[in-house]
Amino acid sequence: MKLLYFAWVRQKIGRSEEELVLPPGVTTVASLVDFLRRRGEGYAAAFAKPELLRCAVNQEHKRFDARVGPDDEVAFFPPVTGG
Amino acid sequence: MSEIRIQREDFDPGAEIAALQTAAGDVGAIASFMGLVRADNRMEAMTLDHYPGFAEREIATHVAEARTRWPLLGVRVVHRVGRLTPGERIVFVGVASSHRGAAFAAAEFLMDYLKTHAPFWKLEERENGSTWVEARESDDQSAKRWR
Repeated sequence: MKLLYFAWVRQKIGRSEEELVLPPGVTTVASLVDFLRRRGEGYAAAFAKPELLRCAVNQEHKRFDARVGPDDEVAFFPPVTGG
Repeated sequence: MSEIRIQREDFDPGAEIAALQTAAGDVGAIASFMGLVRADNRMEAMTLDHYPGFAEREIATHVAEARTRWPLLGVRVVHRVGRLTPGERIVFVGVASSHRGAAFAAAEFLMDYLKTHAPFWKLEERENGSTWVEARESDDQSAKRWR
């Protein structure tokens, strides 16, 4: 799975993207967030309030109950602010 | 003809307008809008972050919507990303149609969308540090007029 982070999510985590072997039990965006927030301080800060975040799976806006699989590209970012 | 570009480098507004003139069909009107970075509250620079691929697709959806609302012959959207300072060009929207009404309306519709919901994140730099911009209510009201 490929993970992408933008804006302050990227800043808090300290990287813009990473590869992840899908951990057992992670089947939705929400369970992925639960997994990621336990990975360290930066992740905990970035995912402290998931309601402030939006996500895309394979470059399409999705809700946190969307399913994710091992070959997906999942992106996390704040609500867009326009140009 | 629709062209959507997200790029770091500057663009030539004259060349964009000239390209619209060559759109297939009976082009009788070209409306364009160009936005520049303002120095609001002594902002020194802003950096636009985007999600390549996703951003182009999101904008394309709205260009397609504009094309269903008005009889457009050409649309060009250019948006810059990266670090920009006040006075620099940041966005261009140009629309070609047979008549001015459709061209004006579609250009305004696309700009209202871009200002509120285009998939960008802005980091503003000031003397006392950098902050990420949050979504703005006034621009949201402009965009809602079209719904």
